[in-house]
Parts: sequence; structure tokens; C-alpha cells
Amino acid sequence: MALLEIRHLHVGVEDREVLRGLDLNVNAGEVHAIMGPNGSGKSTLSHVIAGKPGYEITRGQILFRGENLLRMEPNERAAKGVFLAFQYPVEIPGVTTMNFLRAALNAQRKARGQQEFSTPEFLKRVRQVAGSLNIPQDMLKRGVNVGFSGGEKKRNEILQMALVEPSLCILDEIDSGLDIDALRIVASGINALRAPERAMIIITHYRRLLDHIVPDVVHVMSKGRIMKSGGKELALELEASGYAQFEHAA
Amino acid sequence: MKQVFPKADAERAIGNVFAAARGRLPGAGPVAKIRARAFEVYERTGLPHRRMEDWKYTDLRALIGEVLPLAPRPDAEALVRAKVSAEQVSGDQAVKLVLVDGIFAPELSDLGRLENEVVVRSLREVLENSATGAMAGLVLSTTSDPAISLNAAMATDGLVITVADGNAVKCPIQIVHVATGLSVSTFTRSYLQLGKGAHAAIVETFVPAGGASGYQANDAIIVLVGDEASLSHIRVAADASDAVNISSAIIAVGARAKLDLFSMTCSGSISRYQGFITLAGEGTKLSANGVNLIRDKLHADTTIVVDHAVPHCTSREKFRAVVDDCGRSVFQGRIVVRPAARKTDATLTTRALLLSDQAEADNKPELEILADDVTCGHGATSGALDDTLVFYLRARGLSETDAQSLLIKAFLGELIEEITSENLRDFVTAQAEHWLQAGR
Repeated sequence: MALLEIRHLHVGVEDREVLRGLDLNVNAGEVHAIMGPNGSGKSTLSHVIAGKPGYEITRGQILFRGENLLRMEPNERAAKGVFLAFQYPVEIPGVTTMNFLRAALNAQRKARGQQEFSTPEFLKRVRQVAGSLNIPQDMLKRGVNVGFSGGEKKRNEILQMALVEPSLCILDEIDSGLDIDALRIVASGINALRAPERAMIIITHYRRLLDHIVPDVVHVMSKGRIMKSGGKELALELEASGYAQFEHAA
Repeated sequence: MKQVFPKADAERAIGNVFAAARGRLPGAGPVAKIRARAFEVYERTGLPHRRMEDWKYTDLRALIGEVLPLAPRPDAEALVRAKVSAEQVSGDQAVKLVLVDGIFAPELSDLGRLENEVVVRSLREVLENSATGAMAGLVLSTTSDPAISLNAAMATDGLVITVADGNAVKCPIQIVHVATGLSVSTFTRSYLQLGKGAHAAIVETFVPAGGASGYQANDAIIVLVGDEASLSHIRVAADASDAVNISSAIIAVGARAKLDLFSMTCSGSISRYQGFITLAGEGTKLSANGVNLIRDKLHADTTIVVDHAVPHCTSREKFRAVVDDCGRSVFQGRIVVRPAARKTDATLTTRALLLSDQAEADNKPELEILADDVTCGHGATSGALDDTLVFYLRARGLSETDAQSLLIKAFLGELIEEITSENLRDFVTAQAEHWLQAGR
């Protein structure tokens, strides 16, 4: 059984069909890259998997370990192991990153029937992961993402991902707004989380990210569907020929 | 009970209440004369109504209609109930002074723990023992407002607290107002005088005892903050959900002093907190913050008037409302900068969070600037919780209710964080948490 199984998914936003019969299987241990032009429905796909309100699922299904994901609340999905790293992480003034991390981690553990972390245990884990991502301690005391640079926000997403140890990581344009150095840090944070029991879906416009995180499968998405799938070499091919051929194919 | 009384009826009713209460009000001779005069002033307008600009959003004549009869002196059974409620709201380390149904209850208070520099007497004791009438001024109304005039006429008791010059009071002094009655009114009036260079923290809380219902509380506190003194003044009103609370604070601050006000209303059918703060000495810093937490059909009004009478003072006024269901929050903030008050630096911001379609928040910021060379500003916003923030938190594992609670706490956090004492901050946080829990 695939970890994630998407069957013939149709999704509309405000009377416009954005996903039009999308199929996707992701197995544990695999890293999938989804590439495609703007408006092809990549972000919609990530939002629908995570459970963002505002989308109308007209047909199809999403199974996560065989369970119907679409019937679950976003927080239930998170507790089951689905994690979305946001393209635009939000700023939450008044909630320190530390308190936010603790609330998120403990809510998920509670939902899974696990014991909440003790404070020293929690602090130790946060410090460890934050250190490996070059996140200074004082950033953790500030409001979530408040006053963070683009790179800091993305590193904060990876920090959260590392702490909650999800089974499925969806990274929505994690490379946007990153300079070369920040990209390297973020990519190595992601690579450190690659594991046989964990799968990743990396959504990106650019091949550059895939030089750092080498995918097992590359999909080309256009007009709400996956038009072609292949190995990592497909990314190179795309860079040479562009997306246009797929748009015509659709 | 909401009924609209024609003015004549309402006036007759209150006239009877005052006539019936007169014999029980402390202070003879000059005090009684001042009371009678205050009542006359009150009678000219009667209950505040919407045609009075300061009360236009809180039309007491329409909302409460009449003033209920004065609460009887609490009996032993009422004091037992009051004790339970008073203990529940006691701040950590605070020295409690308890007023039950408008009467000081020394047996429920921590008089023994008062620090030496602090002198506390009951208003009743002061008024009854002042042979010369020199203390009669205690019931004098300096601010023209019908609720305050009525309070001066009817006050049964209160606390007269003085802190000597140069003393730093370690433990907060907490005035706990407990109501035990059914459909009665209480009138309390307290004084706090902070000497030159003194430091203190005062907390006021309003709570019902078990079984209390439909009461009306009218409180006034008159505060004098001496030169170079520093006062933190916290107020939390958590009355019965069918009760009325009208509270006034009249505060004058000396030079190079520091005053931090924080007022939070979390329950009560009709609540009005009005603060009149005069910055009367140069170089003083004021922070005046307020919060209304409102749900069901409750109505809470916070009105703050900051009067910059002299140059070189700074005031920061921040207000937040969280309104759910059919609740209505009113905030009126007025900053007056007198012609002499050059180099005034004053700002006022108000933000409302509306959690339902029927929730209402009326914000009225006003700047009245009569001086040149000042820095003044104000801002007001209101809106719902941001869905993208709620989704972000839910995607990280928080339930919808927990996500909302966390965002509401964050919304209030900025104001609560400004409370410097950790104990008082925890006390206020606990009250806000309690409000959030009650809505689940």
C-alpha cells in the first residue's frame, strides 16, 4: 500500500476547476518532486492534502495509509503525520516561536495518545534542531516569523518539520526567496530528514533545489494534472525544453 | 430585565431609593449636605442616556431603566458565600480588602498582613468619626458625570488607603468587591493616596458570590499619585452575567511619576468602566490599557479620558476587544491636550476582534489638541480572526478551538505583557483564560 494515494482528484476554487483528475502514488522512503508552471495547480494540491478550507473537492479521493484523508480535520491530518511547509509562512505576533512549537508538538502527541514532552526534554530537542539549521536562540523567543527574513521563515518551517517528525512532508516552493547559502542550509535540513519510513513531496519551479535534494521521482504538472513522470533526469530535460510542450499536450 | 421607563417614572423610582437609603448612609452634617447636593446634580439628568455624548453607546436609561433598592447589610450567611468568591479571585501575595454588598468586611480581609507604610480605613469609619467635617470632601464630586454624582450621594462604604512618602509597598493591595444579593444596588467609593516617591500596586476585582443575581454595582475610586511616585493599577470585572457594573476612576498624577493602568471586563450584563486621568505634573508617563471580553448578549463599555494639563508628559493608551455571539463592546478614548501642555507625546490605539457576525464593536477615539508642538496619534481597527493564521496553526496540529484561543491570547498578549509584576500578569492571564474556557 502506498503511503499516499491520490485517485482522480478534481478540485474547484470559486467555480474554477484547478485540479482535473490528478493521480499520484507516493511510497514511504521516496522523495517526489512536482514541477510545473504557475497556475498548474501545484499549490492547490499541497493545500488540499493539508486540509485548507475553501476548496471544493468534486471527485476523487486521497488515501493516507489507506485512510480517507479528506474526511479529516487539518489537525487530525497533522497528527497522522502529514506536514505542509508553507510557501508563505504566516507571521503570528504575540505568540513566541518557542510557545508555538511546544503547542504544536504537544497537540500532535496528545492526539496520538503519546505523553507530552517535559520542558527540559522539549528545550533540548529544539536547541539541537535549531542549532543544525543555524537558527539563533533569540529568534525562538520572538513572535512566530515576526520580522524574520524570507530565509529565516523557511528555516523555521524546516525546524517545525524536524520537530514533529512527520511521515509525509510536503514542501511548497521551499526554495522561493532563498539565496544560495540559505538554500544549502534548508536543503541539508531536509536531506537530514530523509528516512525509509518517511516520504516527501517537493513542489518547485526550479531545478536548482533538486541539485541539493535529489528526488526519486519527478512529475510534471500542467493544467491540474500530472502530465509526465520520470526519474531525476526529467528535471534536467525540463530545464532544457521548458514546460511549453506539456501545456500543449494538455 | 430591559425595559424603557419614561424619564418621570425612572426619576421617581430613584428619588425613592435615595430617600429610603438616606438614614443608612454614613456621615452627618456637612457630609449629608454634600450627599444631598450630589443627588440634586444627579437628578438634573437622571440616568445617563444616549443624548449625552459621553454615554451615547451605553444608554443606561434604556438598558437598565431604574436604580434598584440599596442592598441590605450582608448577614452572616452572605459573608460565608462572599468569602468563597473572594478567595477564588485573590491574587498571589496580594493583601485583600473585601467589600461585601458595598460594606467593608474586615473579617474577610488581610488587615494583619498590611505593611507598616500603608494605612487603610473604611470610608464609613472616616466619615462617621470626622467631627469637624474636614473629611466631608471625600464625597465631593470633582468630575461632572451622573454616575459619579449618584455614587457620591449613595456611597455606603469604601476604603481610604494612604501610602506614606517614599515607601515602596511590596505586596499588591487588592480590593475585592463581592455582591451577594438579588436585584439590589451597591455604591462604593474608595480613595488611594500615594505619597511622593512611593511605589505601589493596587488590584480591583468585582465578582458575584454564589446565588447573587441581577444586582447593580456603582463604584468610584479616586486616586492621587504623588510626584515621583509609581502606581500599577489593575482592574478585573467579572460580575454575574445579569448584573450591572458602573465603575469610575478619577485619577490625578503629579510630576515625574509613572502610572500603569490595566482594566479588563470579562462579564456583566451591562458594564461601564470610565477612567478620567489628569496628568497634572510635568515629565509623567502614563500607560492606560483596557480589554473587553464579551459574549452572549453582554454589553461592555470602556471609556478613558486622558487630560494632559502640563507639558512634557507621555501617554500610551491601548485598547483591545474580543467580541463573540451578540456581544457589544464600546471603547471611547479621548485625549485632551491643554494649551499649556507643550511637548506632549500621546497615542491611542484600539483594536477589536469580532468572532461572530452579530458581534459589535464601537470605537470612538478622539483627540482634542489645544497646544502646539505635540506628538499625538491614534489608530483603530476591527475585524475577524485571520483564517490563514488559524489554518497555519491547525496544519501544525492545533484544534480549531485551540488555534483560536492561541490567537486571541496573542491578541491580548501585547497588553498583558506590559504588566510588569509577574504575579499580577499571571493573575490577569488566568482571568482571560477562564473567559476563553467558559466559551467552549
